[in-house]
Amino acid sequence: MEFNAIYVIVAREFKKFIREKSRLFSAIARPLLWLFIVGAGISRLVPRDTGVPYIQFIFPGIIGMTILFSSIFSSISIIWDKEFGFMKEILVAPVSRLSIVIGKALSGTIVSTIQALIILALFPFVGFKLNLLQIISIVCLCISVSFCISAFGIVLATFYESYESFSVIMNFIIMPMFFLSGAMYPIRLLPDILSFVAKLNPLTYGIDAIKHVIFPNEKGLMGPDFSIMIDITIVIVLSITFVLIAGKLFEKKK
Amino acid sequence: MPIITVENLVKKFERITAVNNVSFEVEEGTIFGFLGPNGAGKTTTINILCTLLSPTSGRLFVAGYDCIKEPANVRKAIGIVFQDTTLDKDLTAYENLIFHAYLYNVPKNEMRDRINEILRFVGLYDRKDDLVKKFSGGMKRRLEVARGLIHKPKVLFLDEPTLGLDPQSRTNLWEFISELPGRHNVTIFMTTHYMEEAEVCDKIVIIDHGRIIAMGSPDELKRTVGGDVVYIKTTDNTNARKEIERLFGFDVAEKDGELYMACAMGDTCIPEMIRTMGEKVLSVRLQRPTLNDVFLKLTGKTIRDENASENDSVKEHVRAYRRRR
Repeated sequence: MEFNAIYVIVAREFKKFIREKSRLFSAIARPLLWLFIVGAGISRLVPRDTGVPYIQFIFPGIIGMTILFSSIFSSISIIWDKEFGFMKEILVAPVSRLSIVIGKALSGTIVSTIQALIILALFPFVGFKLNLLQIISIVCLCISVSFCISAFGIVLATFYESYESFSVIMNFIIMPMFFLSGAMYPIRLLPDILSFVAKLNPLTYGIDAIKHVIFPNEKGLMGPDFSIMIDITIVIVLSITFVLIAGKLFEKKK
Repeated sequence: MPIITVENLVKKFERITAVNNVSFEVEEGTIFGFLGPNGAGKTTTINILCTLLSPTSGRLFVAGYDCIKEPANVRKAIGIVFQDTTLDKDLTAYENLIFHAYLYNVPKNEMRDRINEILRFVGLYDRKDDLVKKFSGGMKRRLEVARGLIHKPKVLFLDEPTLGLDPQSRTNLWEFISELPGRHNVTIFMTTHYMEEAEVCDKIVIIDHGRIIAMGSPDELKRTVGGDVVYIKTTDNTNARKEIERLFGFDVAEKDGELYMACAMGDTCIPEMIRTMGEKVLSVRLQRPTLNDVFLKLTGKTIRDENASENDSVKEHVRAYRRRR
């Protein structure tokens, strides 16, 4: 592994992230809309006696959504790099494919964790009281879930050559991953087939783990669905798997 | 020992054979030109030498390393300027170079000095903190050449470096490229389909339809099309003509008050003629064949007659689109 290369790939992404203020604003605006507008609307439909107010219930899911969108957007910038040629500059360098993938995954992790933390900072407005330990745990979870989803995004990006495929990725991958992740409604309410798909979704486990931290005593419908050990194990195992798959896919020559 | 050796290289894409049994060598410290029309197999060959593509068969060595077995070592030893820009337009010139320096593990204490030196060499030092998207086509090219040199490669590949540049930037770029082997101790491997630009090369290989059709120095290649034509004007053309025919055995003809004749080595036979005819000579000029004539003779078409294939016109379209952005 080449640490210089990993460092500079991350530094480039971070520099561009800081430079494009509009990207940050729109990335923050989306979860805010879902939390305070969609959330406020739907909470009127949800019975009050479920144990957790609806707007609090979706808070882990909204953090997950922030991670999902920003990680995948960051990773599929690889498609831009391919289309505008910059990818070639990276590919002809004496750098292993694994380092490139790790560099890209860490880029997504940093950018995405920053955005998730901005959303997390809103917790007092949703009526939570979180202690320091809970906050630190959520930060750690955000980092690992961001890494996992970023690595997934890289695998995705290796299959596409041009940015025209963006709307396909948006409509057929990102949106279903969001809706089938337990973010907006508990997955145990879903029909069997959809709940099966949700169980294949890495984001489901990330959001579930955050629910464990935020509602440690909630055992009912609105609480977590899996044990926290399962959640964390699955996120870590999938992260490693995605990185290795992406590395192999990058290696492949025509 | 040659710095690049290619032996029996074949590359097939499904049914199409892009490169068909190509072999050549490049000597260290020279400028090597790889010429041919669009779609002749130039870029494919470069991509294989740069380890971006694997060959169907054949052996390739760059700087003593096997391109198939030791791609990492080959990559360290080469710099590349691709046909299409591969700069990050949202970074500054300096940031693009720093990125490259890190990728190639340039020692940290040398990075800054090397980058500043090379930026001065390509005349972009004053613009180093400007975003690349503000640069003209010629500036981007120079920046890419600069980037390709930061890690002190043994071979610099230039794939159609002047494509899309205006005539003035093209001339500037060639002057600059011809200085590189001397100043940076690097071998240049370049492709172009502008034949006149290949004059700076020490050795040229011409390929068409994936096969080598000619190889040699520009002068050697030009000699194969039948040599030079000498035009001479004298005080007494009729007598001079008889004299030249008798002494040199050339077929002399007259046109517009000038005698002209084909001769293999114009540069050596002109002084001889002047010595024999003395002050009777009013003017002499020599017309040499161009590399375009060479290509015309070898393929029956000029290099730029080629109809752009559908694919090329798409590429052109995309390039034009990118330039507008």
